[in-house]
Amino acid sequence: MTAAVRVSAATAPKRRFGGMSGGNARAVIERGLRATMSNNYLVVLSGFFEPVFYLLSMGIGLGGIIGAIDVDGASVPYGAYIAPALLAVSAMNGAIYDSTWNVFFKLNFGKLYQTMLLTSLGPLDVAVGEITLALLRGGVYAIGFLIVMQVMGLVLSPLAILAIPAVILIAAGFASIGMAFTSYMKTFQQMDWLPMVMLPMFLFSATFFPITVYPEAIQIMVQCFPLWHGVELIRMLTTGVVSSMIWVHIGYYVVMLGVGIVVVSRRLRALFLG
Amino acid sequence: MIRAENIAKKYGDFVAVDGISFEVQRGESFGLLGPNGAGKSTTMKMIAAVSTRTSGNLEVLGMDPNTDGPAIRSQLGVVPQEDNLDQELRVRENLITYGRFFGMSHAAVAKRADELLEFAQLTDRAKSKVEPLSGGMKRRLTIARSLMNDPQMLLLDEPTTGLDPQARHILWDRLFRLKEQGTTLVLTTHYMDEAEQLSDRIVVVDKGAIMAEGSPAQLIRQYSSKEVLEVRYGSDKNSTVAKSIADVGERQEILPDRILIYSDNGERDLAEITKRGHHPMTSLVRRSSLEDVFLRLTGRSLVE
Repeated sequence: MTAAVRVSAATAPKRRFGGMSGGNARAVIERGLRATMSNNYLVVLSGFFEPVFYLLSMGIGLGGIIGAIDVDGASVPYGAYIAPALLAVSAMNGAIYDSTWNVFFKLNFGKLYQTMLLTSLGPLDVAVGEITLALLRGGVYAIGFLIVMQVMGLVLSPLAILAIPAVILIAAGFASIGMAFTSYMKTFQQMDWLPMVMLPMFLFSATFFPITVYPEAIQIMVQCFPLWHGVELIRMLTTGVVSSMIWVHIGYYVVMLGVGIVVVSRRLRALFLG
Repeated sequence: MIRAENIAKKYGDFVAVDGISFEVQRGESFGLLGPNGAGKSTTMKMIAAVSTRTSGNLEVLGMDPNTDGPAIRSQLGVVPQEDNLDQELRVRENLITYGRFFGMSHAAVAKRADELLEFAQLTDRAKSKVEPLSGGMKRRLTIARSLMNDPQMLLLDEPTTGLDPQARHILWDRLFRLKEQGTTLVLTTHYMDEAEQLSDRIVVVDKGAIMAEGSPAQLIRQYSSKEVLEVRYGSDKNSTVAKSIADVGERQEILPDRILIYSDNGERDLAEITKRGHHPMTSLVRRSSLEDVFLRLTGRSLVE
């Protein structure tokens, strides 16, 4: 054939990370938002109300009986004690839901990622895009919840504004680990392990009472949970009782995010470019 | 466009593709034929840079798929074996998002999506959901989607499997137009009529290795005869009759239900058989087809 050399409408991306990335995670995010808009925004809304209900029932109900709790020497009303914990939980829930069940379906049933990898996207674009989507959702929940807290008078410090980036960091950590976990899951039965991890973490991570009630060994175990670090981090910011431990909490999530992204893009490469 | 030298793919101990070599030129229409499990899809995946080869050299558009996946894929259109349309999006949105994956601008994808809806005869279904579309429509949408980036080369993995004759013919027509426009086509199929319709050159693969290569006409000339005479005497008598007509034609194949006589003149041979007193229950003289070549090369037993 003597046809003139045809040039594709798509410009060829530069080689990044040995063919792992096309530098276009934005298109993955865009697709996610478009799909959410035209389908399941009601499901998205439902995730917001869960922690709000906890706050109303526990904060007002139990709060009346318990009164105040001692945080690093400062006395904090019960409602203001559990609200930041629930804020961290809402970030976690939003991120985990998006990065586990949603990813599980796209991975095993929708074949969505296989399709994406037929284009000039790379596994890293898919991983970064999907994690960003999950943390966007976590971020939206958190901002809504923070507004509820403000209205109920549970924000004790102007530092609380920093809770927004903190919540996004928490969501990012959970989203990347959640997606890494899901990339190994093949069946529904395996996915059932998720609540087995999530529920105890929610109940015992200093969410509703200080961990000092536990024996030392259990305290150490709780301090290994990611949620505990999230709860402590947000609580410092909304109550204004900040200690140098804040750097440990932030560091924990930075490491979690990094590990998650590395695992996810490796797994996507193994799963789809193997 | 493609240069494959001795490429192989192993999954653990299982050898899916066992060192095959071929080249595809620009503007050519190239067919990979083979039974199920022959290694066709795996080969396609390696070309499409979605599967890393275990060994051998592979160059697609002058680049190595193992390291330049995104750059190669930006110039390719891929139509996978299974429709993997985005069920969460509508018909036109499927095209739009796919174009965006290639980094095309909003304006460019909108324009291209409308053109391709027209091309795929789906303009009136633009706002429809994907799920209620018929099999043929889904396939056309998948092909339209693969053309969003105006690819230099289109890879089609069994493009018409599972479609009814009408849908297949519409699809062939669309693919033929692309070929006329200079798009390089690489397709796998196990439908011989499809291969004859669409391919300039064919490679027959079986058990991960190449069995034959050439244009459909060349392959028929080389591996079959000009005509085939099919005669039936009933299951019981076929083999007894076969003995007494064994010298007729160039080559014979005795199947449980009929005898195939490969020959350059089927009518003459039929006359010869009848002269010997063997009147078949039914007889048929036909041109030799790619299917005869295929069955000769890959055997008649069921391999899966």
